[in-house]
Amino acid sequence: MTCEEAKVLIHALIDGELDAGHAREVEAHVEGCAHCAALMKEYQEIRQAIAESDVRYKAPLELRRKIEKALPQPQAAPTRRSVLRGFAMGSAVSAIAATGLVAIVLRNDDEQRIENEVVSAHLRSLQAGHLIDVVSTDQHTVKPWFNGKLDVSPPVIDLTAQGFTLIGGRLDYVNAREIGAVVYKRRQHVINLFVAQTASTERKTAQTSTLQGFNIRRWSDRGLNYWAVSDLGADELSEFGDKFESAMRANKEG
Amino acid sequence: MVVKASQDDPEKTRRFREAALPYLDDAYTLARYLLRDAADAEDAVQECYLRAYKHFDSYRGPAMKPWLFAILRNVCRAEYARRKTAPTAVEELPEGGEQTPLWNEAPETPEKQLLRRFDGDTVRKLVAALAEPFRETFVLREIQNLSYREIADVAAVPVGTVMSRLARARAMLRSAWLAEQEQVK
Repeated sequence: MTCEEAKVLIHALIDGELDAGHAREVEAHVEGCAHCAALMKEYQEIRQAIAESDVRYKAPLELRRKIEKALPQPQAAPTRRSVLRGFAMGSAVSAIAATGLVAIVLRNDDEQRIENEVVSAHLRSLQAGHLIDVVSTDQHTVKPWFNGKLDVSPPVIDLTAQGFTLIGGRLDYVNAREIGAVVYKRRQHVINLFVAQTASTERKTAQTSTLQGFNIRRWSDRGLNYWAVSDLGADELSEFGDKFESAMRANKEG
Repeated sequence: MVVKASQDDPEKTRRFREAALPYLDDAYTLARYLLRDAADAEDAVQECYLRAYKHFDSYRGPAMKPWLFAILRNVCRAEYARRKTAPTAVEELPEGGEQTPLWNEAPETPEKQLLRRFDGDTVRKLVAALAEPFRETFVLREIQNLSYREIADVAAVPVGTVMSRLARARAMLRSAWLAEQEQVK
C-alpha cells in the first residue's frame, strides 16, 4: 500500500469502517511507515479533543415550543367529542356518566404520555452541557433563578445532609409547556425533579413506575405535580421522594 | 368508524413526537454548522420538523436521525440557494474564516510537539470554518456519530466520496488546528 492510499484509508481505520482484511493492510502499512503512523496519531488526538470539547448546540426553548405548537395537539379535542357523540347516539348512558368515563380514560392516557415526556426530558438533560442552566449547590441561588421564568416557583430544597446533593436547576419543556427541573445527584446518578402546577390541590401519594430503564416517582401536593426521574434503583428513588416530602413538611411547619 | 378514523391523527402525532423530538438538539446542531447562523438554523429546523411530520407516514426506518438529517440538509440547501439569489446576500464566509488557510493545507509533516487542547468555542470556530462539502461530512461523522453508510445516504453520494471528503476535511481541520496553535503560542 502506498502512502497516498493510506492517507485516505487511515481515516476509515480510525472510524472502524474497514473490513478485517483492509484493516490489516492499513495497519501493516502504518507499522512500517513512521510518517503515516505519526499522522494517524495526530488525527486520533484531534478526534479525541473534539469528542471531549463542547461542540454541540442546544436547541432554544422557543424553537421547541414553536415545533410543539405546529404539531396537532396530543390532547386531541376531536377525539373526545367523537367519543362522546358515540356514547350519546349509541346507548342510553347519560351524558354525565359518559363524560366521567372519558375523563378517566383520557387522564390515564395523559399520565402515560407525560411520563414518556419526562423520561425524554431526563435523557435530553444527560447530554453534554444540557443538564443545568443554573449551577449551584445553594438553594437560595437556585430558587430565585426560576422567578419570572415560570408561572410556578418550584420548591428547591437542599438535601445534601440526606445524601442527595443539589446541583442546580433548569428550564425544560414537558406536556407542551415550560416546566422547572431541579437537579440532584447521588454518587454519579442524576435525579431530575420536574415540578409543574396542577389545578387540583388534592394530595396524591407517591407512585413509582419504570420506563425505558428509568425509575419515575410521581406525587402531588399543594397544587404541584412532581416527577422524580433517575437511573437510581427504585428503593433509592423512593428514599429521595420520602426525604423530599418530609423536608417540605418540615419547612411548612417550621 | 368515525371514532377510529379521527383517532389516527393524535396517534400519528404521538408516534412522531416520540420518534423525532429527541433529536431536536442534534438537528439544531447540524443546522448551526451548515448555515452558520442561529436564526436561519432555527427556521431550518422548524421547517425540517414540519416536512418530516408530513412525510412521517412514509417513514419506514430504520434510523430516525439520518432520516431527519436528510430532510434538514435539503432545507438548508434551499436556504443556500436563497442566499445566493438574494440581492443583499452576504458572501458566506465564517467569522474569522479569512485568517484560516482553508486550502493551503499544512505540510504533512507530523508535529513533534503535542497537540494543544482548545476550548469549545475555538473548536466550534475551526469546524465552522471548514469549506463545504467537507464541513457537512465532518460534522455528520465527528459530532453526530453517523456511519459512512448513513452519511452517504444523508448527502446522497457514494460511500467512496464520503471517505475522500472525510480525509480531506480532517486534513483541513488539522491545518487549521496547527495554525491556531501557532497563533496563540
